[in-house]
Amino acid sequence: MIQKISRRKFLQSTGLASGTLMLGVQFSPLMAKTTTPNSFQPDVFVSMDETGQVTIISHRSEMGQGIRSTLPLLVADELEADWNRVTVKQALGDAKYGSQNTDGSRSVRKNYQKLKEAGAIMRTLLQQAAAKVWSVPVDQVRIENHQAIHQDQRLDFKELVKIASTLEVPARDALTLKTADQYRYVAQPNMANIDGHEIITGSAVYGYDVELDGMKYAVIARPPVVFGTVKSVDSTETMKVPGVIKVVQLPALTPPAMFKMLGGVAVIAENTWAAIQGRDKLKIEWDHGANASYSTQDHEAVFIKALEDPQEVVRSRGDMAQAQSAAAKTITADYHVAGLAHATMEPPAATARINGDRVEVWACTQTPQASQRNVMGTLQIPQENAANVEINVTLLGGGFGRKSKPDFVAEAAFLANETKLPVKVLWTREDEIKHGYYHSPSYQKLAATLDAKNRVTSWYHAMVNHPISATFDPSARTAGSTDLGQGDMMFEVPNIKIALGETDTFMRIGWVRSVTNINNVFAASSFVDELAHAAGQDPKDFLLQLIGSDRTEDFEADGFKYSNYGEPAAQYPAETSRLKHVIELAAAKAKWGQELPDGTGMGIAAWRSFLTYIAVVVKVSTQGNRVKLEDVHMAVDAGQILNPDRVISQMEGSLIFGASLAFYGEITAKNGVIEQGNFDDYQMSRINQIPDVHVHLVDSDAIPTGVGEPGLPPVAPAICNAIFAANGQRHRRLPMKDLQLV
Amino acid sequence: MIELKINGQLTKLDVSEDMPLLWALRDVAKLTGSKYGCGKGICGACTVHIDGQAMRSCITPMSYAQGKSITTIEGLAEQGDHPVQQAWQDLKVAQCGYCQTGQIMSAAALLANNPNPSDADINGAMAGNICRCGTYPRIRAAIKQAAKANKAGAQS
Ligand code: FES
Ligand code: FES
Repeated sequence: MIQKISRRKFLQSTGLASGTLMLGVQFSPLMAKTTTPNSFQPDVFVSMDETGQVTIISHRSEMGQGIRSTLPLLVADELEADWNRVTVKQALGDAKYGSQNTDGSRSVRKNYQKLKEAGAIMRTLLQQAAAKVWSVPVDQVRIENHQAIHQDQRLDFKELVKIASTLEVPARDALTLKTADQYRYVAQPNMANIDGHEIITGSAVYGYDVELDGMKYAVIARPPVVFGTVKSVDSTETMKVPGVIKVVQLPALTPPAMFKMLGGVAVIAENTWAAIQGRDKLKIEWDHGANASYSTQDHEAVFIKALEDPQEVVRSRGDMAQAQSAAAKTITADYHVAGLAHATMEPPAATARINGDRVEVWACTQTPQASQRNVMGTLQIPQENAANVEINVTLLGGGFGRKSKPDFVAEAAFLANETKLPVKVLWTREDEIKHGYYHSPSYQKLAATLDAKNRVTSWYHAMVNHPISATFDPSARTAGSTDLGQGDMMFEVPNIKIALGETDTFMRIGWVRSVTNINNVFAASSFVDELAHAAGQDPKDFLLQLIGSDRTEDFEADGFKYSNYGEPAAQYPAETSRLKHVIELAAAKAKWGQELPDGTGMGIAAWRSFLTYIAVVVKVSTQGNRVKLEDVHMAVDAGQILNPDRVISQMEGSLIFGASLAFYGEITAKNGVIEQGNFDDYQMSRINQIPDVHVHLVDSDAIPTGVGEPGLPPVAPAICNAIFAANGQRHRRLPMKDLQLV
Repeated sequence: MIELKINGQLTKLDVSEDMPLLWALRDVAKLTGSKYGCGKGICGACTVHIDGQAMRSCITPMSYAQGKSITTIEGLAEQGDHPVQQAWQDLKVAQCGYCQTGQIMSAAALLANNPNPSDADINGAMAGNICRCGTYPRIRAAIKQAAKANKAGAQS
C-alpha cells in the first residue's frame, strides 16, 4: 500500500502510528495532509474530495521504471488538475482496474487511452457543472489548472465537486482529448519522481519494510533441488536460538511448479536475525528428487545435440538448400548465453495477516491479481470469496520479472494461516539466487550465405533452451515461440529458416527482463557483425543494408504467426524505416566511423522489441584481457514519450543490466543445486565500470510503447561487436569470463 | 541490553551481541531506511555511519556498535535536505530506490572526508554499493553536484 500522503495512515491502520517506528522518520509537509473520503468518482482511476484534492490510482506496480510518476500524468493533464493537488494512490489487487500485471513493458501502451479518458471524463463533468452554475453553454466554459473559467468568472474545482457528482458520466467516444501540443505534464522533461523524497529519506515502504503490530519474521529452508522434499527435520537446536518462536513445515511442491510454494521448513522468530540463525541450525534430511540428475555442464552436450536437428520450424521463406548451393560464402557460428537470475536489489518479501475470514497481504509484487489467486489457491479460498483476500502493493526494490511470480506471497499467506500470527517472509540474497525462476541457458546456431556481391542470400537461426512454459506445463519441450528476438528479425533476405530445438527442463524457468530477446538478439546481432566483417563492410552500413528497403514487415507471409507482443500489426506495424532511423541516429551521435586508437573500437546493435525500436553504439578500449566501456549512445523510438526522464533512466539501467550479464551473469546447477548464492559469485557491474550513457529520444507521434525491457537486448551484442572492432576477438559465449571489465 | 546512540538519541536495545546492527536497526528500532541486500558486506545497501565513517551494518555486530554513535538515513538531515539528498532529488537518481539510502550514506561520508572528490575518488568510495537498476551515471553526477553545492555554501 503506497499512497503519497498516506504513510501515516498506513501506520495507523497497522497500529503503529506511535512508538519507535517514528523515531527519526521525517515526513514531508505533503505527507502530513489527510484525505477525506472522496465523493466524486466518475471513473475507477480518479476521484475528488470536497476540498478539490484529486486522487489518481496507480494500478501498476512501481519497481523503478517510474510508472507511478508517469501514468498519473495522463489523468492529471487531461483533467487540467493542479499537480500540487494530486495524490497518487496505489491500487489494491482488483480486477476492476483491468490487468495489473506489470510486465512485458506494456503499462503505458495498455493504459494510455483509458487514463486519458479517465481525466477527460472528470474534466467534462466539472465543465458541465460550471456551465450549470453560470447558466451558460458548456462550450463557453474553459477548464484550466483546477479552475473553471467563463469570461471574468472563476470557480475552483472544489466548488464544483458536488454538482459534478450528480451529472451523468459522458460516453468515452463523446470526449475531447488533448493533443500532444496541449500537454502540461505529459512529455515534460523534468517531472518529479513521485516517491523521490520518501526514497532519499528512507521512509519509502518496500515489501521488505512492512511492519505490522505483533508481526513475526520468517525465513525458509527450501529444498535445494526443485521438487525435492523433506525426509526428516530436527529443530531441537533451532528452538534453542533466542527469539525463535516456531518451526513450520511447508507442503511439498509437485509439478507443475507454477507460482506455488517451493516447500521446505520455515523458522518463525521475533526478528530476522533470529530466524536466519534458527534456519542455520535446522537439521534437515532432503530427498532431492529426480532433478538432482541435472548439471548445467553435462547438459551442454544435450543442448548442442538438440541444436543439430531442430524439429520445430517457426518461420520459413524461400529455398534454403538452393541458397546454400548457389552461395559464394557460407558462414556459421554458434552462440551461448548462460542461465541468469534476477538479482533484484530487494529480494522477494511478503507479509500476511489473517483477520477472521479475511487475508491481508502486503507484498512487493508485480502481479497483485495473480498474487490474490495464488493466495486463494494456497488457502483453498473459493472464488466467490475473492474480496476477502486483500493484496496491498508496496514499492518494489526492483522487479525484472521475479516479482511477477508470487510464490513468496503464497508462503506468507500459508505461514500466517498456520500460525494465526502476522508473518513477514523474507528471502535472503542466497534464497533469491538459489531458488529463482531463471532465464534459461541457451544455445544457438546461426548460418548465412553470401553471394558474390556479398549480399546475404539466406539466414538461419536455431535456438534451444529450457522453455518458460515448462514451469506451467512440464511436457513443454521447446520455447514454443520465436517471437522474442529470433523469428521477428527484420532483415530483407530471400531465404529464411527459424527453428527451435527440444529438451527437458530441470528447474523453474521464468521471464527475466526482455526474456529470450537477451540470448536471441545477442546471437543475431553478433552474427550480423560477423557477416559484415566477412563481407569486408562497415558493420553499421551492412546492418542498414541487411534491413533493406523501407517497408512494413509482413511476418504472416512466411507462415509465421507473430504475436507482435499481443498487439494488432495494423496498429503497431514493424517498420524498417524506424529501425534504420534509430541506427542512424545512434551512429551519428556516437560519431561512428571516426579514427580510433589501437585497441579501441565501436560496436553497434539494434532491434525492435516490445514494439520499441532501439539502437546501441558502444565504444570500448581493450588491453590484453581488460575491457573498458568508454562511451555509450542509445537511440530510442518508443512512439510518443510520456515521461522523457524516466525513459532515459530506463536506458541507462538497461546498459548497466546488459553489462552485468555480458561479463558476469552465470547461473549453473550441479546435481540440481544452484552453485551461485550471492553478489560474490553472481556479480553485478559497479560504478567504476560504467561510463556515462547518452540517450537520444526520437520525436514521434506514434502510439506510445514501453521502455522497461527493449533497451536491454542490443546491449551485450553491441559490447561484443565493439570488442571485436577493438582487438579482433569474437566472443560467442556469455558471460565473457576470460575478460575483466575495468 | 545494548546501549548506543542512534541519530543523536541514546537508545537501549534488547538484542544479542552477535546480532548485526542492520537487523537491530530494522527489526528492533524499526528504522527500515537501511536496507538488506546481501548480508555479507558486498552490496552497500545497509550502509550507515558509525562515528562518522561509512560502514556496512549487515556485518557489524552489536558488540561493536555498542557505545558508538550511529547515523542512519533517517538521521542524515532533519528535513531530508542534506546536500547529497538534494542532489539526488534534483537529478532524479533513484529508479526503484532500494539501494539509494545506502548510496546516499556512502556519498555523504565521502564528501565529509573529501569535499572535492575526483572521478577516481568517487569510484573508490562508491564501488562497494551495487545498484541493480543501474543509476551509476546519475550517482556520479549527483555527488559532483553536491560537492559544488557544498563549496558554494561554504563560500557564502
Ligand atoms: S546488505 Fe550489507 S553490504 Fe549488502
Ligand atoms: S535504484 Fe534500484 S537498485 Fe539502485
